[in-house]
Amino acid sequence: MRQVLSMKIKCRTISRGVAEGEVLLTNDAISFLGNVDPETGEIVEAQHELYGQSIAGKVLVFPHGKGSTVGSYVIYQLFKNGVAPAAMINLESEPIVAVGAIISEVPLVDRLEKDPYEVLKNGDRVIVNSTEAFVELKKE
Amino acid sequence: MYLTPEEEKTLNGEYGESLQKAIEILVALGDIYGADKLIPVKSAQIAGVSYKTIGDAGLEWISDLEGKVKIPSILNPAGMDIVRWDEMGIDPVFAKKQQEIIEAYAKLGIQTKCTCTPYYLEGFNVTLDDHIAWSESSAVSYANSVIGARTNREGGPSALSAALVGKTANYGYHLDEMREPVVAVEVDCELSGSDLGALGYVVGKTVGSRVPIFYMKNEPSKNEMKALGAALAASGAVALYHIEGVTPEATRKTFTRPDEVIPVERTQIDEVYETNKDILSSEIITIGCPHCSVEELEEIAGLVEGKKLQKEMWVCTAREVAERHPDLVQKIEKSGAKVVCDTCMVVSPATNKYASITVNSGKALAYVPSMCKVAAKYASIEDCINEAGVVDEN
Repeated sequence: MRQVLSMKIKCRTISRGVAEGEVLLTNDAISFLGNVDPETGEIVEAQHELYGQSIAGKVLVFPHGKGSTVGSYVIYQLFKNGVAPAAMINLESEPIVAVGAIISEVPLVDRLEKDPYEVLKNGDRVIVNSTEAFVELKKE
Repeated sequence: MYLTPEEEKTLNGEYGESLQKAIEILVALGDIYGADKLIPVKSAQIAGVSYKTIGDAGLEWISDLEGKVKIPSILNPAGMDIVRWDEMGIDPVFAKKQQEIIEAYAKLGIQTKCTCTPYYLEGFNVTLDDHIAWSESSAVSYANSVIGARTNREGGPSALSAALVGKTANYGYHLDEMREPVVAVEVDCELSGSDLGALGYVVGKTVGSRVPIFYMKNEPSKNEMKALGAALAASGAVALYHIEGVTPEATRKTFTRPDEVIPVERTQIDEVYETNKDILSSEIITIGCPHCSVEELEEIAGLVEGKKLQKEMWVCTAREVAERHPDLVQKIEKSGAKVVCDTCMVVSPATNKYASITVNSGKALAYVPSMCKVAAKYASIEDCINEAGVVDEN
């Protein structure tokens, strides 16, 4: 019999909304201004762990944002170009990413009850329901 | 965070999507920083005006918003003089985008005055203990330190949200305990004029984002404190400083002297004037970062009277201040200098075309080399004007 396991992890709401997608994890902080191409959603910073990969449509897991406050508008540009992440999970959100996520309607949560780097891996399908403050991991 | 029933309704979208987004931003920031509630603010100053900074993405976001601001709100400097952009050599495509940004803000009921010194303008006079939501780092520093009002360093979207909602989250510099000095700066010599900008440039890096208290040999003027705060916020991220016995909060009470001490000697100030001293002749001279006060315009008018400058010189100020003093503007421009409004050497792309610049601002010295790729030299206001190459008219 096929068993579907589902795990719900509580978290803190930063930007409200519900979205489902594939996990893309990085241990590196992200400066949306400079690290990400707003046209394609690709990470263009050569020193970044995700260099060459696209964050479009993914549930992007990263520790926190950094860099210029213009980064908030870059997230909005990704959203307008249809290449924003489906949702974002931070260890600890800071204002640049928080504001960018809210204006772009990208669900954003932080402070998960379990360490996201231990329970999630690349390619996992998750639902981020920040309106009700949980992340749901589906595993077959 | 506690929200009133009205605020809950706003958050649930009962007053439209723009207000919902705005309050969502305030609540998210409040949660991140542990605020207990939202508090009313008296005025807002919104950053993210120059097309050079916010680009098409910023323009789109502002254009998509609806509604009207609830409190007096104005803007940070733009990328050009709104009227005389052509004389500055601004590209017409840039000028069109810049106008669109300003019109998008105007549609929201924001006064389209673009200045880093809102405290000189009608309707933005704030006093001790007033809560405000300002963005521009030097204006934040001046309001917190020289006036004793209370504001965090707001980002563009958070200041705009505060303007639309009329409130901000109660955290950071709105709270008494966050305004206590944690590091002492002991200055061993008397300082005047551009020395204060140099002081800010020197100690900002060490102070970082903490609150310093200065122990000075002499009392600086408000214009000198403006220069000090602007440089502290540029070379560091200082939003509030005190000067023992001088600034309002350090006069109202005696702060405990912090254990950590940063000593400053005259030689460190002198070194700032030595920056790029191999540039024998700068291509442009700029004064007015932050924007000139009336007293500063008077001083410049006095210094250039009867002289003809041989190089490009900009004197940056708020349009409202310039319009109130046409006589001073006329005196300054008679020398060949330009009184430039709505913008400055840091945020305008017009600066980029020069190879070298002389400034009397610690803030400009910190930003112009990286943001405009122009080599910068530091000088007093008198030496700036000498650098402009004067000949007597007679």
